[in-house]
Amino acid sequence: MNDPKLQAGTLPVLRFALDRSVLIAFGCIVLMLLGGALYSREFLSPEYLLQQLQISAFLGIIASGAMMVILIGHIDLSIPWTVTLGAMMATAVAGWYGEIGSAIAIPVGVLCGAFVGFLNGLGVAYLRLPSMIFTLGMNAVVQGLMVLHTGGFAPQDHATDAMHFLAVGRPIFGVPNALFIWIIVGGFITYLLTRTAFGRRVYAVGNRETAAYLSGVNTNAVIILCFVLSGAAAAFAGVLLAGYSTKAYQAMGDPYLLPAIAAVVLGGTNILGGRGNYLGTIAGVVLITLLQSILAVMQMPEAGRQIIYGVVILVMLLGYGRGEIDRK
Amino acid sequence: MSTFGHRIAHNGGLLGAIALFVVMFTIYTSNHPVGLTAAVAATAANKAVLLALVAMAQTLPVLTRGLDLSVGMVFILANCLASAIVVGTIGEGFLGIVAVLGVGALAGLLNGAIVVWGRLQPIITTLATGAIYYGTALFIRPGPGGDVQSDIADFATGQLFGVFPTSLAILLAVVVFVWLPYRNSVLGRAAYAVGSNEQAAYMSGVPVQRAKLLAYTLAGLLAALGGLMLTFNTYSGEASSPIAGNYTLNSIAAVVIGGTSLFGGWGSAIGSIFGAFVLRTIEDLLFVFNLDPLWQPLFQGIVLLAAVSLGAVRILRIRNRLELFA
Repeated sequence: MNDPKLQAGTLPVLRFALDRSVLIAFGCIVLMLLGGALYSREFLSPEYLLQQLQISAFLGIIASGAMMVILIGHIDLSIPWTVTLGAMMATAVAGWYGEIGSAIAIPVGVLCGAFVGFLNGLGVAYLRLPSMIFTLGMNAVVQGLMVLHTGGFAPQDHATDAMHFLAVGRPIFGVPNALFIWIIVGGFITYLLTRTAFGRRVYAVGNRETAAYLSGVNTNAVIILCFVLSGAAAAFAGVLLAGYSTKAYQAMGDPYLLPAIAAVVLGGTNILGGRGNYLGTIAGVVLITLLQSILAVMQMPEAGRQIIYGVVILVMLLGYGRGEIDRK
Repeated sequence: MSTFGHRIAHNGGLLGAIALFVVMFTIYTSNHPVGLTAAVAATAANKAVLLALVAMAQTLPVLTRGLDLSVGMVFILANCLASAIVVGTIGEGFLGIVAVLGVGALAGLLNGAIVVWGRLQPIITTLATGAIYYGTALFIRPGPGGDVQSDIADFATGQLFGVFPTSLAILLAVVVFVWLPYRNSVLGRAAYAVGSNEQAAYMSGVPVQRAKLLAYTLAGLLAALGGLMLTFNTYSGEASSPIAGNYTLNSIAAVVIGGTSLFGGWGSAIGSIFGAFVLRTIEDLLFVFNLDPLWQPLFQGIVLLAAVSLGAVRILRIRNRLELFA
């Protein structure tokens, strides 16, 4: 206990410290903006940057939830249809119950996502099934439910005014509402991870669940809560996406699974759990959104975009340093 | 326990998958309007062999406690490449086939090299390389189309002696000439050792790096063979991201249903084949029972979730709670 690094008070600071991967990620963001500026001045205009941050917000909210699950050493593959579920249930409730429906649409969408996350958590914590395969099955079930829901009941798919306002409105100094929401969600996750006992337990479970269990941590509760947060975040992002594109549609969450995981990992979070901070996830999300945007602006064909996307992820991860060799 | 009893217990997952498949396939054929004719068998086999090959490919990295999220992309890449180069005379067609398989093996080798020497996590490595392979497939075939050498294609999707589906014979040949020799080779056993306990394997002098490299390379090769068979079925190539994702995810499900542990070191590619057959028969069952198409995805999802939940019986055998976290 003489080592000053081990004092309890300094730990949260350490967790938020700029480590190598976060520095590299932010460095790459700056490099990409400068490189883009050489191509066109537009890349440094406040309007372009704000727009990028607005688009980042949706991925950022999804990645916040994905990060909680990755931190405990699991993975949530049910994100795609949880996003769609959130959007579809919110718009449907608004259609079914009129005025009251519009008021409760957003909470209902988020609660549906949280419930899917709860079921995921039960399967992973109590049935002890690998999260990769259980959440995959859950994704298929939710997809089935949504196909039945849209095909059988033909619910309303138009976003409510409130959803539209939250996703695209810019009432305060022209800063998009979506960005404020991401800041609130990010602040909440950062608070959870660095200032609460639950946050400590998340890192403990991610590092070694046996040790956490033997130390008296209710590891099953931690696992379930992390999955609930992931489901709720994905569904909330779905609600906002419905507001952004004014309607909910099939498979609207599919393009978000891999970027969300890639963003979390590019932000320096260990895919095996136990290590990572939210600042890195912010860097990862902005990096991926910016990369996609610059490639789109340069009118790179989809084939080239995919290849560059894969190469950038690999090169950056190799630059973060290779994993420790597991032979001791 | 007797040797026989031990063998049964050791292959419980495999036997379970076979039993499940036999029951489902019997229900399917007995309810099929035409019954089990050669044509019905060939159609069912052609569809099932595609997933079976991709599931076999997925098994190899999983045995080393890895994962290959790029199998579906390699599958699609081989499909697009085959639709471009497996054309012309029969001789040229065979040259094209060799080239397609070579590209698949190379893609697998790249995955293995990054995992072994780059020391990145397999799941994130193959996520990234998958994007690269998909981009390459899209580069080869921006829109659906292409052609394939029709003599080879007709042979590969037809029937041997008018009864036995050729695709099934090809799958059998892969088992006999690729899987079984691999399983009994030094590097194949090494793959199981690495999956069980990498440190112990290294300490015992097991060639850890070569075992992993070979597992990923073979995975690429088998996935490419699957893509080749897809081209023979469809006579065209299409760089479709949903199909690739679908095959990747279903391959993982097939591996789990076939009794292979996602934690490595336990299972077999033969189990994965039957896991794939089970998944495909579910779809066929929905067809013969005329289930409302609206209900099909939900039913499939529930069956998938139930099948993988069978793995939870493991916790009934656990005496010490600490084993739960292993």
